[in-house]
Amino acid sequence: MKSSVITFPGSNCDRDMDVALKKFGFKNKMVWHDDVELPKSDLVVLPGGFSYGDYLRCGSMASKSKIMKSVINFANSGGMVMGICNGFQILVETGLVPGVLLRNKYLEFICKNVFVKINNKQNTYFKNIDNEVLEFHIAHNEGNYFCTKDQLKEIEDNEQIAINYCDKDGNTEEQFNPNGSIKNIAGIFNKEKNVLGMMPHPERMIDPSLSGEDGSLFFNNLINNLK
Amino acid sequence: MKISVIITLKKDVLDPQGKVIHQTLDGMGFDDVNEVRQGKYFEIDTKESDPKKAKDKVEDMCKKLLANLVIENYKIIDAQ
Repeated sequence: MKSSVITFPGSNCDRDMDVALKKFGFKNKMVWHDDVELPKSDLVVLPGGFSYGDYLRCGSMASKSKIMKSVINFANSGGMVMGICNGFQILVETGLVPGVLLRNKYLEFICKNVFVKINNKQNTYFKNIDNEVLEFHIAHNEGNYFCTKDQLKEIEDNEQIAINYCDKDGNTEEQFNPNGSIKNIAGIFNKEKNVLGMMPHPERMIDPSLSGEDGSLFFNNLINNLK
Repeated sequence: MKISVIITLKKDVLDPQGKVIHQTLDGMGFDDVNEVRQGKYFEIDTKESDPKKAKDKVEDMCKKLLANLVIENYKIIDAQ
């Protein structure tokens, strides 16, 4: 399986993602934002970080960079595109997934482990994962998912909510919402479920000596689903 | 010519920064403030000299980059 990680000026989780993808068997290529052509890929990842210093709105500049035209075409033709953290912010700015990510409700940069409940397993990303709840890491200032009422209805009708913030038992009450996101949304799909944007970092949970292993579970499952 | 644009958050979008500014103003003794909403201001100096064309171009810039229309409104406030 081939993957590509796009590096924007200010990306800082691109190499972590490279390590994670390779650990679970992907042949990964790093792709510079100013490149025009996307290498042949089964998965494209927009990594976390602070692309363009978060100027204007997080992800707004990166969403207009040269490589994104190819990424958008790839996604629109059914290609798997995953945006993590700043990558999620870039995805919403392209319009590939609906909504926006606002400043966290309590104006704090949040850096901690969280639990997320898988809301939809009818897709390549989460199909065949036995767990209902995963422990991932979040580190963001703008992760407060927002969309209009009409968009929310559409997202719910199309089952586009991928994961919700919850406690270790999968309860998704407001008190387990770290950043003020509507409906505790931590990640969403496009309508077709080939594009996934999420704030949590699975690539930070792949080493038992450093963290948990729920990221390992996620990547292992993902590559098997892609085969 | 120079075009000025302001970008504001739509009414039902939470503005935590505006809220904190409001609270701070309140604490400073400006206690008759009902609400504070924070926005952005841009001055765009363009080579285009026709005011209508310049405004149209800036409007296009607003739609495509300067504003995110899910949460923000834009308004061209000055052209000279």
